[in-house]
Amino acid sequence: MKGRTKKRVAELIAFNLFRIMSASIVLVLFSILAFIVVRGIGVISWDFISKMPEEGMTKGGIWPAIVGTMCLVAGSMLFAFPVGVLSGIYINEFVKDNWFKRFVKLMTNNLAGVPSIVFGLFGMSLFVNTLGFGDSIIAGSLTLGLLALPVIIRTTEESLKSIDKYHREGSYALGATKIQTIRRVVLPLAMPNIITGFILSIGRVSGETAPILFTVAAYFLPKLPSSMFDQVMALPYHLYVLSTSGTDMEASRNMAYGTALVLILIVLILNLLANFTRRFLNKKIKQ
Amino acid sequence: MKKLLEKLTEGILMLSGTVTTVTVLLIVFFLFKEGAGLFGKSPTEDGFTVAVNHNNPIDKLSPEQIKNVFDQNIVNWKELGGNDDSIILFRMDDLLSYYSEDELGGIDTNMSLLAQKIDQVIENNKGVIAFISANEIPKEHHSKLVRIESIGLGSFFGGEVWFPTSTPVAQFGIYPLLMGTLWVSFIAILIALPFGLAAAIYMAEIADSKVRGILKPIIELLAGIPSVVYGFFGLIVLVPLVQQLFNLPVGETGLTGSIVLAIMALPTIITVAEDAITRTPRSVREASLALGASQWQTIYRIVIPAASSGITAAVILGIGRAIGETMAVLMVTGNAAVVPHSMLEPMRTIPATIAAELGEAAKGSLHYDALFALGCVLFIITMLVNITVEMISKKGTKNKLR
Repeated sequence: MKGRTKKRVAELIAFNLFRIMSASIVLVLFSILAFIVVRGIGVISWDFISKMPEEGMTKGGIWPAIVGTMCLVAGSMLFAFPVGVLSGIYINEFVKDNWFKRFVKLMTNNLAGVPSIVFGLFGMSLFVNTLGFGDSIIAGSLTLGLLALPVIIRTTEESLKSIDKYHREGSYALGATKIQTIRRVVLPLAMPNIITGFILSIGRVSGETAPILFTVAAYFLPKLPSSMFDQVMALPYHLYVLSTSGTDMEASRNMAYGTALVLILIVLILNLLANFTRRFLNKKIKQ
Repeated sequence: MKKLLEKLTEGILMLSGTVTTVTVLLIVFFLFKEGAGLFGKSPTEDGFTVAVNHNNPIDKLSPEQIKNVFDQNIVNWKELGGNDDSIILFRMDDLLSYYSEDELGGIDTNMSLLAQKIDQVIENNKGVIAFISANEIPKEHHSKLVRIESIGLGSFFGGEVWFPTSTPVAQFGIYPLLMGTLWVSFIAILIALPFGLAAAIYMAEIADSKVRGILKPIIELLAGIPSVVYGFFGLIVLVPLVQQLFNLPVGETGLTGSIVLAIMALPTIITVAEDAITRTPRSVREASLALGASQWQTIYRIVIPAASSGITAAVILGIGRAIGETMAVLMVTGNAAVVPHSMLEPMRTIPATIAAELGEAAKGSLHYDALFALGCVLFIITMLVNITVEMISKKGTKNKLR
């Protein structure tokens, strides 16, 4: 009996400790969010969103940085999404379980583990210098696209793997070819999860700073890009500039809070959207 | 026709399938191509040399020795294994202290006269060491040119000074950066590990599905916040906090970086560890419970040991992420490129160095190549991390099958 209560007490202590430690992680996240929301909410206004930066980036808005980030997200996804999905399909559906598959998977994992600053170095060496794009949207987009590739490939693979084989077999039994089966049966079923991965990688791409430092980002450029060979400002780099090397750090602090809040909001909205698609589309498919 | 289309589609698919492999190979090629440019070169500025008196027995110096000489940390040739003469530094500007302006009259137009005057200074002073341009040496000179050791792997990894813009010789020793990176990452994981493991165990074993449904998106959100926002938060909140708490002159320290990195590494540790814990076979768990063990006993005697390889993988992956993290670390660790002695000093990591210096390094210069060499080091470290994780998880599955 005594041993039993001892066991109970140990369990109670351990479980509550874990509960408290998990709660503290949540607390940290919320204090970061709360801090930025409280300081930044007063800064956000229509003018802040839609105006050019003024007076050494201490006044005005962040419109060019927003446009720049949108260009980079669009450019990188235009490249990474189709290539990533096709790559995921190939790895999961066509490659047999042999050394080649293991090798390709290892390479995908390796690419996922490459630090973002190394992508920056690579992008600078290949796109900016060797291919001669210069600091441009296209160089930055391709660099960011390569960085997003492994995420998209993996989510595609995972979602294809989770499709019941009965769907496939049913399709084959009806005389469909492999490609037809993938296009008409497997892909639609896997779409919700693929789209979730797509949305999450948009979030990742829009917040990356290191890969764009030397491939596209402009310190201060109060005009909108006119072609894909132009430099642009970008939100994450703008926040970095405002908080570490602005002309007047104290005066630009408010701008920094606002920019941080915009970045957080983007991530927050995209995450909610991802969760929503996952639930909504999956439910729809089940019906 | 349809067959052809299918073959074509398959071809396109195959091409996309190899895209990651091709990218990794391209990264290796471009990184190492630029990075290799650093090695085997002399670290002096182009066209400059170091000359000494012809009686001086020294004919070879390392970049670090030359820096110490010109910083006047070394003041006697004896310390370098030469004669007992004190060292006299000589640069172009010093010529005026040996000759009056009249004696030097007209040398602006007469390079060979200037070169001869310099040669005379070196000839007349036993202990002189001169840092001069190569065309300031006459064809028939009395001075002896010192050979400067070129940059090799040994001085790259072992050198204790990183000062790429130093004159007369640039210093490319990455030892302080390597130590900074390892310490900041290691302490970060030490902070993150207990919390990450606790959360993983809690989510996998203790929490009901409702709580899990709330925690999962929160962890996802934690992973989604851009590193520059973490850096900003660290800069505004943690830096002053650390400064006050430890009563330091500056709050940008290795510890501040570690705390920020710990928060950023949490999602990786939690997801990978939770995955490993959930994958423990149910039969093992039920056997333990059936023997009368409590849930907690089952967790720490059965589940955690069974998931240990996955948990190790989580730790290593976390370290890998921390080592490669750039922006947040750049913003809060203070970026002093010295060999760290305590966590409460400013430190500088490899990624932060690349991010901070690449903008000002001219393309093709030694500095530029050195930053790519740093990128190679970073790439190799992350490669090793991934391969280790791969091996551990493979071993883990083998054990489970037994």
